Amino acid sequence: MNEERITEKLNILADAAKYDVSCASSGSKRKNENKGLGNASNGICHSYTEDGRCVSLLKILLTNHCIFDCAYCVSRKNNDIKRAAFTVQEVVDLTINFYRRNYIEGLFLSSGIFKDADYTMERLVRVAKKLRTEHKFNGYIHLKSIPGASDELMNEAGLYADRLSVNLELPTPAGLKLLAPDKDQRDMIKPMGYLKHAIIKHTEEKKLFKKAPLFAPAGQSTQMIIGATPENDSQVLQSANYFYKNFNLKRVYYSGYVPVLTDSRLPALNTAVPMVRENRLYQADWLMRFYGFNVNEIVSKSQPHLDLDIDPKLGWAIRNMQAFPVDINKADLQMILRVPGIGLLSAKKIVSARRFGKLNWDQLKKMGVSLNRAKYFMICNSNEFERRDLTGTNIKQFILATSQSKYLKNNQSQLNLF
Amino acid sequence: MTTLIYDGTFEGLLTVIFEIYAQNLGLVKLQTGVERDGALFENVLTVVTDEARATRVLKGLKQKVSSTGVQRLYAAHLAEISGEDLNLVGYIRHAFDSAINIEEDYGNKFVMRVSELVRMIRREKHRMEAFIRFQKLTDETYYASIEPDFNVLPLLNRHFKNRYADQKWLIYDIKRKYGLYYDLHDTQFIDIDFSGNNKAGNVMVSFSPDEPIYQHLWKNYFHSVNIISRKNTKLHLRHIPKRYWRHLTEKI
Repeated sequence: MNEERITEKLNILADAAKYDVSCASSGSKRKNENKGLGNASNGICHSYTEDGRCVSLLKILLTNHCIFDCAYCVSRKNNDIKRAAFTVQEVVDLTINFYRRNYIEGLFLSSGIFKDADYTMERLVRVAKKLRTEHKFNGYIHLKSIPGASDELMNEAGLYADRLSVNLELPTPAGLKLLAPDKDQRDMIKPMGYLKHAIIKHTEEKKLFKKAPLFAPAGQSTQMIIGATPENDSQVLQSANYFYKNFNLKRVYYSGYVPVLTDSRLPALNTAVPMVRENRLYQADWLMRFYGFNVNEIVSKSQPHLDLDIDPKLGWAIRNMQAFPVDINKADLQMILRVPGIGLLSAKKIVSARRFGKLNWDQLKKMGVSLNRAKYFMICNSNEFERRDLTGTNIKQFILATSQSKYLKNNQSQLNLF
Repeated sequence: MTTLIYDGTFEGLLTVIFEIYAQNLGLVKLQTGVERDGALFENVLTVVTDEARATRVLKGLKQKVSSTGVQRLYAAHLAEISGEDLNLVGYIRHAFDSAINIEEDYGNKFVMRVSELVRMIRREKHRMEAFIRFQKLTDETYYASIEPDFNVLPLLNRHFKNRYADQKWLIYDIKRKYGLYYDLHDTQFIDIDFSGNNKAGNVMVSFSPDEPIYQHLWKNYFHSVNIISRKNTKLHLRHIPKRYWRHLTEKI
């Protein structure tokens, strides 16, 4: 192994892949039944970058050579940067050796497009196949599918990978047309549609025959860049909702645009990364996936943007004061989940615990309920009643005065730029 | 108030429960080790750990709580936090005295405390699963040293055995001076004498030739994936507290 050359390639191809958001390694169920190497079930973050993002997978590009010229992408054809390409064997060796040392949960392999979609996709698949068949590797593999790749290759990819994703890149076709004129949203939707049906088919087979092979057991995901084009939060979330509903996606990732290139179509180089907005979008996404909120409750034509100063659940509560106060000792789980300051785990604990007796402030606090927000929206087995007929605006002021979002505090330097 | 003196083990704790019910004791205090001076004025009882009695209590406990519940109690005991065994006693008494399963009675202070303890232990166990960094030695064994706050090594067995089935590995707890070794078939707890020429640091000498290369590649990777314009030190430190750094390849 030429250590120097590999180091250089790794630096270039990890650097180029770092703007890909997904690093999740959960949702699969691959066991180590063959006395081979590794397993994949619950994601483990093995490290964290200095910007606080999790490192769970070896996330690299196979190559940063690319025939496309997308304005937002560092690897675009017309960008003057160092280029490199790994061989299939090099990626396999890095993955195995990092995995054996417990650095990573597996591999996230993406690529610039050399020659054409199928030529590139075929190589990505070859890496996964080699890991699974020659090295008995059961760790996590996430392959980034190349838009326009053929159904045959997508099928093979599904047999070896845990998760597949096709990047939507931008929330709307119009945004895509502006920044990535070589790409067409239809080319992205086609493999997604194929995967959706293939995953459903394999899941049904698995129910009938235990021995049926796994097919992308962790499903498919996608990502879109936020803040490079003028879409509002409503458009972003409606788009995410459309793909959740129609393509059974496991996750949509939102990637706050990091300005790295000068282009008249893009925000200027000194524009701040929209980190708070990105965070609010993720919170809204969680409300849709786990808290039973409909997208139209979170954003609407008259409310096209999420509040930056409060989280979207608190925002909904303040707009819907008629739904409160919720009686913690009586309300059903769905309604308890809508109380600001009560998360999934505490909500479930509450519903279990109240079978044994009525709960009061103290007990709720111990269970992890954030009372400084929740107290305005609930009653429990305590005499004090905090709401005192306050208006939504009052409550928002009280909460903002007594608490500062951890997230906002962390990013003082960024906020000062506005 | 009765002070019960026991040996601090889980079996000892179960024997304590036996005594509480055998002698119908109300309020109790727990103390490990030998009887101290001055205890003469209190009501003191030395409990000798008795396997048969402990087994009887365990059997009874299994009829009151699920097997996961028993495992949780054992994990909470492993935390080795002084004073906490008394909360386990409270939990177990609550379980025995109640007609229904109390595992989800989070309004009860003992149930809540045990749930907190289990969360603390699980968190450290999970962190070890994440932060252990193996180093490959010349004999193809993968070696890692750890210094967890709680004694979680016994809880790590299953995870690493399931994951690294085709490589020999050794995880050594420097603080508690014992290790867990997998020889491609089974795992066992071992003591190693690191005195004299056998110092833990000397493991470096027996690195396999490609070990420094991969450590170097990993460090490089770690730096390449950082996005400087998103720097967030606070968040970084919350995820990887500094006390873990000296065992993390990318942080050394």
